[in-house]
This record gives sequence, structure tokens and C-alpha cells, in this order.
Amino acid sequence: MGAEEDKKLIIDTLKGKKTKTKFYLKDFNNMFPERRPREVSKLVNEMVAEGLLEYWSTGSTTMIGLKGAGIQHETEDSDQ
Amino acid sequence: MVKRKTPMLDELEKGKWPSFVSDIKQEAESRNETDVDLQTPKEVCDDLLDLLELSFKDREGHWKHGGIAGVFGYGGGVIGRYCDRPEEFPAVKDFHTLRVNQPSSYFYRTEFLRKICELWERRGSGLTNMHGSTGDIILLGTTTPQIEEIFWELTHNLKQDLGGSGSNLRTPNCCIGKSRCEFACYDTQEACRNLTMEFQDELHRPSFGYKFKMKFDGCPNGCVASIARSDMSVIGTWKDDIRIDQEAVQAYVAGEFKPDGGGFAGRDWGPFDIVKEVIDLCPTHCMAWNGKKLGINNRECNRCMHCINTMPRALRIGKETGASILFGAKAPILEGAQLSTLTIPFMRMEEPFNEIKELVGKIWDWWSEEGRSRERLGELMQRKGFAKFLDVCGVKADPRMIKEPRSNPYIFWKEADIPGGWERDIKDFRKRHQK
Repeated sequence: MGAEEDKKLIIDTLKGKKTKTKFYLKDFNNMFPERRPREVSKLVNEMVAEGLLEYWSTGSTTMIGLKGAGIQHETEDSDQ
Repeated sequence: MVKRKTPMLDELEKGKWPSFVSDIKQEAESRNETDVDLQTPKEVCDDLLDLLELSFKDREGHWKHGGIAGVFGYGGGVIGRYCDRPEEFPAVKDFHTLRVNQPSSYFYRTEFLRKICELWERRGSGLTNMHGSTGDIILLGTTTPQIEEIFWELTHNLKQDLGGSGSNLRTPNCCIGKSRCEFACYDTQEACRNLTMEFQDELHRPSFGYKFKMKFDGCPNGCVASIARSDMSVIGTWKDDIRIDQEAVQAYVAGEFKPDGGGFAGRDWGPFDIVKEVIDLCPTHCMAWNGKKLGINNRECNRCMHCINTMPRALRIGKETGASILFGAKAPILEGAQLSTLTIPFMRMEEPFNEIKELVGKIWDWWSEEGRSRERLGELMQRKGFAKFLDVCGVKADPRMIKEPRSNPYIFWKEADIPGGWERDIKDFRKRHQK
């Protein structure tokens, strides 16, 4: 698969999840079982830089989701 | 002076110890009087105090959990903090924390400290934590629009980068090392800096299932407590013999030199007694004193450092120096706290530190493959067993990894080594053994 197909797979998989909006890096690794985890994390980080995904961190742990999906703190009381 | 109604916080100002409440009040007063062009709300410290008082009254916190705050291109260094009562406390509506990579061993120029204080007064709350437990400079409380501005000023004007947070490599930390300490067995500052530069990507972007910390202690005294606080503890040690200056030993015994470098001088402990204070306290009983000469059976020495600390003018670390590498320390979330486990008894620590970098790479690959989300390396080591971990590191088991025989032995039998393998016919077994 090419990089664009990989990104599409990630976005489609995340959009397909109805109950979760934040994911651990491990969830992304599971989408590419044949890849080394370090390669997957680099792809995910690239997608964050491109504005497709975003980090969400407690300070202790980092989770990743589609940009703008789920609770966004500033807009927590809104309809999102 | 503003009259606050914070009776519970005020209790924390009583007693002889310094009080963070007094510090915040002092900064609140300062912000009310300053002529600095503040880019964050003037009342930030006032609202922080009132919010904390409310938390004490309600007996629950008023900070939301987590956030997306950060700078472009980085996935760490900024910790989003949002208040859950923003209408009542608008000045701390967003109150983000920044972790800034500290200079090795905390060597600062006053000029730098003034600049960072000026920056944080102008663009933050003025409140700092020097330093956080990972070692970073912690800048407490700024608003979302200020984050990129601060990052620009930090990197361009102060030449300082953000540190690690979240599931990143955390900011590496080291003791004062060879810059000031004669016990340092390797250049901790150089090792810390070199590995920090090598692993910039892991430091700034989440690469793992959870945090990973590395700390560098120059000797077994462990001034950054790497053995308790880091997933990878690099602790200086030596291979050869402790160097003894017998004349200086005599001088200690005769009272010419003060033991412990003059420490513990607050009361009269009586004359120095080498047998009671050194020989009998050696944990491996590898020292002897015949009244004239000090002897050490170096093969039994476990580098506790007590004798060297007590008589530093007489005893010195060996000449063949390097470090022991230990893995897996963590605080109690799962299972309980644990100290790092000795994995590499001795490694030379010289530039460009390729050996340790290669080892770190192997371990990260295994941890990323096998580790669960939010599982620390030490927990994975426990779950998979130390034998597996040694396999991953590519090192053979060594008696120095074991505390005492038969207490915690590691069994390394593999199926291929056993005639007939592991499999057995249970029915055949039951013919000879009842349930």
C-alpha cells in the first residue's frame, strides 16, 4: 500500500468507530499488523502535521483522533 | 493588598515550611502592580487561589482531564489544562502547563533565569516549578493563544526547547557529573545531551504506548535517583579496584581529615572510628583494617559507595570506568513501584554512545510490538519475564543480575534443549501418577 492508501485506511477506520473518538497508538499499529510500530507512529505523526489527525493528551498519556472529532474542551458544552 | 477569603488555603501558610500559597499570593500582588505588558489575564493568580479554595471546599478538583493544546509539529511539551468553572474563574479558563527541556545539571546563567522569568510573567502566570520531577523547567499556566508565541520566544530568544510529555520519550536528566563531582564515572552531561539530540523525534512526538524515561547517574550514589525514576537507568561504575591512598587513610584515622567531607557536623559524634563507621558497615564485608593498612577485596565490592563517601581523600573510584544499564523502574499504577533491574553490568560510555543507542532501539522495538497501551517497560518485563528481556537485549544471563542464588533465579531452558521437548502424553503420565 502507498502512503495515501495508508492514510485513507486510517481515516476510514476511525470514521467507522461510532463510540470512540480517541485512540491509542496501539490501535493504529493493529491496522497495520505487518508493519513495524515505529513506522506506524511516524505515519500517524505525519498525519497530525498535515492536520488530518490531532493529539489529545492528559499530560501522562497521548491519544490520537480525527481532527475536530469528539470532546474539544473549549467546545465541551456545545453539541460536539 | 487584596483581602481574599481563602481560609483553608491560609492554613497552608502556617508552620515553618515554605508555602506555595504564599508564593502564589506574592505573584498575585506583583501582577496587580506591574507595568509589564501582560498578555494573559492580570487576575490569573487570584482566580487560581479562589479556584483552589473552592476545590478544598467541594473536596473535588475543578480541572478537566486532558486536552489538545500544543505547538505545531510537536506532540508533547504542552499539557492542556482547562478549568470546569470558567464563568466564575475566567482568568484560569485555560491554564496550560509547559515543560521546557532544562540545561544539563541545571547550569544556568542569571541572565537566562531573568529572561525566562520575564517571558513567563508577560505571557504566562508568572508561576514556575523549578524543577518538575522529570527534571524539566515547568511553566505553570498560560492561555491557548500564547502557546505558539511562547514557543517561538523560547526557541529563538532563549535557545531552549520544549521537553517531553504524554506517550513520548520524556526529557532525559542527569546528575552534575564530571563538571563538579570526582565520583563521576562517565560524562553524564555529554551522554544526556547526546541521547537527547539523537532521540529528538521520540522526545517531541508520541512514539510509544506510554512514557519512557532515561536518567544518567555518574556513580552509584545516584543523585538523580535513576534507579527508582527511569525506565532506563544509566549508573556509573568501574571495573577495576578502588584506589587507596594509605597515608590519607591514616590521616582520617588520626583525625587530620574530617570524614564525609565535613558533613554530619551538627553534633559531636566523637573521634572517627574507621572500624565502626566504615569496615563494619560494608554491606559485603569486603574490607579489613589491621590498624595500619586498609584492605579491600574488590571482587566482592558491590559499589555501595559508603567507604568512598566517608573517606573521599583516601579512596577513589577505579580507573576503568563506564556504566551499568538497568531497566524498568516505575511508580505504582499497576503491581506497585519497582526499581530498575540490572541488565548490562558494564558498558563503556564514550562518544558517540552507539552501543547504548543500539540497545535502546532494540528495546523500543520490542516494547512497541509487545507492550499494551499504557504499559510501562518494567511491567512488560514482568509480564514476559526477564529471560525474554535478555533475549531482546541480546545479552546472556550473568550472576551479577541475580540478587542471591535460588532466590530469584532465571530459568533459561528452551524446548529445543530438553530431550523430548515440553509435550507429554497426559494419559501416559496419569498411568503412573494419580490426580
